[in-house]
Amino acid sequence: MWTLLSYACWGISIVLALWMLYDWFKVDTTFSEEVLTSSREGELEAASEKHRI
Amino acid sequence: MTVTLEPAIHGDRVSLLRVLGPAHVWALGVGIVLVGEFTGWNFAADKGGALAALIVCWVVGLLYTSVAMIDSEVTSTVAAAGGQYAQAKHIVGPLMAFNVALFLVFAYTMLEVSDAILLGDTIVAKAGVEGLTHNSFIAATIVVLAWLNYRGVLMTLNVNFVITAIAYISIVILFFSVSPWTQGAVLKLNELVTPGNALPYGWIGVIAAFQFGIWYYLGIEGTTQAAEEVRSPARSLPYGTMAGMITLLIAAAMTWYVCASMMPWEYLGITYYPLWDAGKLTGSPLLENLLFVATLLAALASANGCINDAARAWFSLGRDRYLPTWFSAVHPRYRTPYRSILFLLPIALAFAFIADLNQAITFSILSGVLQYTFMSINIIMFRKKWPLGSIRRGYTHPFHPIPAIVLFSLCVVTFFAIFLGFGSQLIAMVAFYFLISLWFHFYRYKFVRRGDQFTMPWPKPQGY
Repeated sequence: MWTLLSYACWGISIVLALWMLYDWFKVDTTFSEEVLTSSREGELEAASEKHRI
Repeated sequence: MTVTLEPAIHGDRVSLLRVLGPAHVWALGVGIVLVGEFTGWNFAADKGGALAALIVCWVVGLLYTSVAMIDSEVTSTVAAAGGQYAQAKHIVGPLMAFNVALFLVFAYTMLEVSDAILLGDTIVAKAGVEGLTHNSFIAATIVVLAWLNYRGVLMTLNVNFVITAIAYISIVILFFSVSPWTQGAVLKLNELVTPGNALPYGWIGVIAAFQFGIWYYLGIEGTTQAAEEVRSPARSLPYGTMAGMITLLIAAAMTWYVCASMMPWEYLGITYYPLWDAGKLTGSPLLENLLFVATLLAALASANGCINDAARAWFSLGRDRYLPTWFSAVHPRYRTPYRSILFLLPIALAFAFIADLNQAITFSILSGVLQYTFMSINIIMFRKKWPLGSIRRGYTHPFHPIPAIVLFSLCVVTFFAIFLGFGSQLIAMVAFYFLISLWFHFYRYKFVRRGDQFTMPWPKPQGY
């Protein structure tokens, strides 16, 4: 059982790592660098967030 | 609570998401630290005996209470990702800030590495299968948690809250299962800790024990990294940090009492699993399995919080151009510093595969204590430049400057203790920070937009 779990861990790690690489590529090719690096320290934007509580 | 995840771009800006509350701050701080009760603190017993481990539990508790108080005041005012880095930038200056950010990244990345190694070793020890190595479990820990962090801070810290609470409750269950009010039935403190063996190496042993006493609370200051993602930083950060510190003081006291009452100091000082061993010694399979699972959960919670914090410190460096701005990208859908998370992922994996647990822990502790030393100086400068009443503070810590003096004095003692045990690593680490400071001062700082990095709307400091 432990050996199977070990193989499962390798499998999950590879799948998630590939997914992150794919998503990284997708985001970097969809959005401009200016938009992605536009965050500024000290900006309070709670009022403009789109979340419901 | 539901959060819409459409690409959220307001005008031209993509920022981190403000969705966290005090419970998440607690989960971040306690989650990072609690693994220290499951392994680490007990090596203090090897340095100075069981009583030394208790003395440092309280004295180092004082150090961290000072850290929590000082941190709460400054962070409730400088509420920005990067935590102590942003504090140092505004209060001391860019070179100090650069160093503090590196302390943070090293402390959290090395702690993440230690957690992953611990988790892998614990599973291998439980399995007892010949040929089974810890590598697959280390890889899964680091990659799965990085993926969780990549996907969003709210889910990351919700998970941390649940697994930290389970690990904490397991300590409480163990404590009440061994009839703590009765000596002699299960607990045998008066037989195991006697006047003859309480301090086997005398008071120098107590000093030496400081090095591992740090493990009772190492990482509680990590709560400040959430500053830019909590809904109300001035309220949530002090509340979550102080509540976390109280929680940890209780957990540390219960852990010492149970473990020192069940294991001789010679064994307690060398085992990697003091609480799991205590669970085994009760003779209850239920408690044994509960403490095994809790050890894994505590390691997971710690690694999870460390990935969160290291990525935010790295991201902040990029945002101020202390490092290439490429690192300051925020994911437009998940609103996380995704490039920083991905950049630190292979570094953590590499260290976890090649470093051993002792080295990783020592590098983490060293960077942490360097950071605490900075905090004691930082609060003195903060109060001097912006006295009470000159700017709005979410929290004002009492008895200033006593906590700063206590913190600085205990940091000096801890450096001495580390020097006794790991002198060469201490010198190597200080040399590294010195050389990287030269690189920053003579090369990198010319890329920084000097006016843009100071973002707090404060009046001019006194004396300027």
